Amino acid sequence: MGFGSLILAVLGLSLIAFYASRVKALSMAKSLGGIQQLASLPFFYGMRAAIWCALPALALLIIWSLFDNHIISTIVLSNLPDSVKPTNTDQHNLLINSIENISSGSLDPQFADPNLVSASKILDQLNNTAQKLLTILILSVSIFFMSFAWIKVSPKLHARQMVEKMFKWTLLIAACLAILATLGIILSVLFEAIRFFQLVPASDFLLGTEWSPQMAIRSDQVGSTGSFGAIPLFVGTLLISFIAMCIAVPAGLMSAIYLAEYAKPVVRNFAKPVLEILAGIPTVVYGFFAALTVTPFLREYGATIGLEISSESALSAGLVMGVMIIPFVSSLADDVITAVPQSLRDGSLGLGATKSETIKKVIFPAALPGIVGGVLLAVSRAIGETMIVVMAAGLAAKMTINPLETVTTVTVQIVTLLVGDQEFDSPKTLAAFALGLMLFVVTLILNFLALRIVNKYREQYD
Amino acid sequence: MTSLSTAARQEKIRSGLKKRHRAETRFRLYGATAITFGLMCVLFLFSDITSKGYKAFQLTYINLNVTYDEDVLGVSDASDLSQMALGDFHGAVKAGLRDRFTDVNGRKNKRELYSILSNGAGYTLRDQLKENPNLLNTTANMWLIADDDVDTYFKSLNNKDGPFKGRMTENKETWLQSLIESGEVETRFNTNFFSKGDSREPELAGIYGATMGSFYTLLITIILAFPLGVAAAVYLEEFALRNRWTNFIEVNINNLAAVPSIIFGLLGLAVFINFFDVPRSVPLVGGLVLTLMTLPTIIISSRAAIKSVPPSIREAAIGVGASPMQVVLHHVLPLAMPGMLTGAIIGMARALGETAPLLMIGMVAFIVDVPTGFNDPATALPVQIFLWADSPERAFVEKTSAAIMVLLAFLVIMNTVAVVLRKRLERRWM
Repeated sequence: MGFGSLILAVLGLSLIAFYASRVKALSMAKSLGGIQQLASLPFFYGMRAAIWCALPALALLIIWSLFDNHIISTIVLSNLPDSVKPTNTDQHNLLINSIENISSGSLDPQFADPNLVSASKILDQLNNTAQKLLTILILSVSIFFMSFAWIKVSPKLHARQMVEKMFKWTLLIAACLAILATLGIILSVLFEAIRFFQLVPASDFLLGTEWSPQMAIRSDQVGSTGSFGAIPLFVGTLLISFIAMCIAVPAGLMSAIYLAEYAKPVVRNFAKPVLEILAGIPTVVYGFFAALTVTPFLREYGATIGLEISSESALSAGLVMGVMIIPFVSSLADDVITAVPQSLRDGSLGLGATKSETIKKVIFPAALPGIVGGVLLAVSRAIGETMIVVMAAGLAAKMTINPLETVTTVTVQIVTLLVGDQEFDSPKTLAAFALGLMLFVVTLILNFLALRIVNKYREQYD
Repeated sequence: MTSLSTAARQEKIRSGLKKRHRAETRFRLYGATAITFGLMCVLFLFSDITSKGYKAFQLTYINLNVTYDEDVLGVSDASDLSQMALGDFHGAVKAGLRDRFTDVNGRKNKRELYSILSNGAGYTLRDQLKENPNLLNTTANMWLIADDDVDTYFKSLNNKDGPFKGRMTENKETWLQSLIESGEVETRFNTNFFSKGDSREPELAGIYGATMGSFYTLLITIILAFPLGVAAAVYLEEFALRNRWTNFIEVNINNLAAVPSIIFGLLGLAVFINFFDVPRSVPLVGGLVLTLMTLPTIIISSRAAIKSVPPSIREAAIGVGASPMQVVLHHVLPLAMPGMLTGAIIGMARALGETAPLLMIGMVAFIVDVPTGFNDPATALPVQIFLWADSPERAFVEKTSAAIMVLLAFLVIMNTVAVVLRKRLERRWM
């Protein structure tokens, strides 16, 4: 049986276990004079048996599937004659691949080494045996624990406690997955980044001003030794983020103020959701818009007033990114502005201040921490934004703060370095992970600060 | 206090008041400008995409008499599949074109003539013949797909500043003109766009493959992310004690929700592809990566939904003897379900539009076949948009815009469902 059908079989067995144990509990209750004589409801007896039936078997299945490939390939290789035995890991993988290709039929045995052909036969045989063994093992484990649980059903058995404990553990494990994901990110990115820093010193990466990750294919090639100074990328990222924030912060903040303090409910109910649409549009759409509408427009307009604007300018990427972030800023600002207590407004208006004076001198200072938090979150989003810059900003790592020129960003470089086939031991690929680490750390710090500020502020008025 | 007289003071206040009122109007105007700017952006974006893309739903066809000539096709028995696969159907199309324009001479001119029809026109012939083997050695009048340059040119004939010429040569224009005059060119609804996978030829490219890729990816995501997210939310809201450990989990989840999506792509590349050796470009890995990405969002919205169930419900259940698990399963979850579903749908909508992490795990390849499972190489809808946006052919601009329109339509539907669900099912507690 295959992997999927084994899982289905185990689930089917646990369904049987559930009903069998439930029926047994019910019949016991009947002879004792009603359900109230049982320690738990019949449902829990059923659940208990189902868990016993499924859990050990599934755990075994997972452990098996983690190791079987490795074990089988080791056996296959050990059967090869010494002349073709692999001497390093690359050869090892290559051999395994070709043997697998022969057995799956995508490589014609006629053209292959006869040693490998016989190895592929062994592989087929082993796979077959392993499959049979696994099926027998899983089903017998499942049935064994099922009958064990069924025999144990008795009126004194505290089935509910056991089931509830399992339930709680399942929930806890689910909650811990979030930590596992964070850990996975940190470890995977960190691990590859450390390998990168073994090849390229960290000081070169953080302080170097030249970025050209193209490595020489042959060692005697000219001028492509690759240099990994990331400063131009940081400058480019900051430049585009800065342009974006120049659009998003004033527009977002003013629309939040207008919606919260001035607009009639009709206008508010219309304008707020429409503005939120901007946040729901996929970034690839913004990228397309930036590359095909905004950039040509800027170029044309720039030409009429005598400005030379590059066809992949930081300006167009930044402008479009700013538009994307407007609803983000405005909804966060709206939250904090409406959270400012009414009494502050009333006090200020009562002293004769106009509405704008109240906003500028009372509400804004009171809401400032929350707004700063929101802006920090927006900055972190701008730094991590990928598709817009991939499509509208360039690849040339120029160190400039002129928004009309081409710059490149951290995310663009990650994408260009990693799209397509890559080997995991060239500094070119590993550099992407080092950049990813920088990105992760910076956005993490920004988010952490922002969330703390926002939470602190919230407590103040609660 | 001051030496000013009452009248002078009043005068000062009045002049100051005018200034202050002007400042008030100005401030209000700034606000109105900002909000108008935002709304105009929405309007402009949508109208720009629509105006670029609506034409892609039509495709130009050219009428031609084609002979299913045995000798030209090299097919003697139309029911023989191997013969059909090798048949030179494009040759029959070429012969048809030569018959229509008998005055075209010379190798170069002829090649130019052939290029007014799509490379895929031959496949239409083959499908026809497969369906009806009796057609062999007969002549049929057919509408065949035009080449993308002709397509773009024909659709832009009525433009103010003249048609878009691109790679159209003068010869091609005259031929097309004669075809138009005799009514042998028309546009029809573009079924290819909704039923085919990707192609290098814009007139043959469709979004069906990418849509199915997105479907399988999202299926994995929802199957994994929703139960896990709900379970985590239930634990944090109903069972967890307030201590450092749960605080740590909480901070983690909030931070994960704000991690740039490309980082999740790096995780998928390093863990799933490099470490666990799962194949590249498959919806399975895409689904796993998007699961990790949407999980925090679903946890946060599920927690909000659970929080909105009033404590009195729980207390009443406990009061009549329900165990903690029964309280959760019988009372809290059913009441919180609409909110959770809403959150899940919104999370899914975000995942549907996500591109960057999928680029990292190789779902960015040129894939013609429509995927039929979780382990078939596939792209996703937004990635298809990205790929087409990069293509040099002019006709791909309208294809890209049309694909964007389809993607946005999906998003609008999902969000509408979420809103309706919330309105219909959510209970207001007094």
